[in-house]
Amino acid sequence: MTATMTATGGAARTKQRDPITWYVKPAVWVLCLAPLAWLGWLVFEAYTMGGRGLTANPVEFINRYLGDWALRFLLIALAVTPIRILSGWKQAVRLRRLLGLFAFFYVVLHVANYVVLDQFFNWAEIWSDIIRRWYITVGMAALLSLIPLAVTSTKGWIKRIGGRNWNKLHKAVYFSGAAACLHFYMMRKGIQLEPIIYAGIFAALMAVRAVEALKQKVP
Amino acid sequence: MLIKFPKASDVKGSEITPRSVFEDRRRFLKTAAFAGVGAAAATLPLPAWARGKPLDGVVKTKWSAANMPENDPINEYADVTGYNNFYEFGTGKTDPAENAGDFKTSPWEISVEGACAKPGKISFEDLIKPHTLEERVYRFRCVEAWSMVIPWVGVPLGDILKRFEPAGDAKFVYFETLFDPEQMPGQRAAVLDWPYKEGLRIDEAMHPLTLMAVGIYGEVMPNQNGAPVRLVVPWKYGFKSIKSIVKIRFDSTMPPTSWNDANAREYGFYSNVNPEVRHPRWSQASERRIGELFKRKTLMFNGYEEEVASLYKGMDLRTWF
Repeated sequence: MTATMTATGGAARTKQRDPITWYVKPAVWVLCLAPLAWLGWLVFEAYTMGGRGLTANPVEFINRYLGDWALRFLLIALAVTPIRILSGWKQAVRLRRLLGLFAFFYVVLHVANYVVLDQFFNWAEIWSDIIRRWYITVGMAALLSLIPLAVTSTKGWIKRIGGRNWNKLHKAVYFSGAAACLHFYMMRKGIQLEPIIYAGIFAALMAVRAVEALKQKVP
Repeated sequence: MLIKFPKASDVKGSEITPRSVFEDRRRFLKTAAFAGVGAAAATLPLPAWARGKPLDGVVKTKWSAANMPENDPINEYADVTGYNNFYEFGTGKTDPAENAGDFKTSPWEISVEGACAKPGKISFEDLIKPHTLEERVYRFRCVEAWSMVIPWVGVPLGDILKRFEPAGDAKFVYFETLFDPEQMPGQRAAVLDWPYKEGLRIDEAMHPLTLMAVGIYGEVMPNQNGAPVRLVVPWKYGFKSIKSIVKIRFDSTMPPTSWNDANAREYGFYSNVNPEVRHPRWSQASERRIGELFKRKTLMFNGYEEEVASLYKGMDLRTWF
């Protein structure tokens, strides 16, 4: 198929191809799936070749790994608007939804690993975790706040709610980001640098937005 | 020529489980858990240089491998030495193995202080030499709800402490880990208030289960496991078993301990393994044995209830967690 199109399309048509759709988005897909592919390789290596990439505690490793990437993608999605503000590259916004959905994808995998491999569907234990362990309570709040955003991410929902309302609703992701950072900080024992760095990045991304909002209020 | 007549209690060479056997057992369980997928799993033996020096004259005891329950097989060497909480070398589980390689454990001096007749500085060799090394296979339960079975080599702590003749008012024993940020990169960040501090009540310290460990698997203690000398208190959460000890002090009052200082609500002084007392972070009712996929129930006092429950008679273990 591709071959026919290239053959008949010619140079003129290629020029008109929208680079975001044709190059940037596929690249984003590949990059966003790379961490999962790497995890898949580690699992394969561990259980066929005795690889030690999953550490002695594979369930914990997978949980941390997916959690790390969920948080990273959430921050990457939250970085789109600041990048647009700072660089003026308006097209960046076209990647926001895709990145946000990938963040949600990793959040779901992270939680699925917890429910399936870690707790093995022990719902009583899971419920007890949610109500008794604050870092899990906060993590669950982050997950719940992302669900309506993922559900309403389709074009149909944007139309149904209306662009302005949709934008308002999707500001809930600020809460998700804050909750995710807090969840990570609380999960670690003692005072550790890594969660503080993530929280710092989140704070910086929010600060760019705040400054921009102030600028627009005070012309 | 020295002719040695074996005593009845001596262990025959044939009774010692070859290292490869207990390692294979763990590998088998691990792969069996992921039924089918791991059927072809091959255990790559560790190169000889990666292992520690064998320790001489280690005797078997009633806590040796042969007396461990069937469902408590010894963990793989690679897991015991590659998955550690030793924040002095980094907070990641594989950090200690990666960062402790060049750690200098010789010469090593331990300062003995406090309420005893014979305080002073003593070298690691002089601390251990007068004693017979024993093999002690213990369940090791981390507060993070994972556990391993580890074949330690060491000396009962009580036997060592008695040499310093503790005074009547020595009600507690305090221990301290080396503070050396040059060698211990984790100490450059304020994760905890360094140096690491731990403590036991004197009767806990004198209990026959409490071990001053100098090795694992019949070999010299790897750096990442707390070389050259560490505590092992098998009925308490792992963080009580302080590593790389440089100070022992006899105290009349309860000494400060690192995790209790960092968060008293979460980590008590006693920190006995107790499935009924929930931790704010981890339900302690169950644990994941390293090498197994599904969790198993946590045992009271980590399965050493018979031996140690009497130490806490009359104490409310919910208050004194």
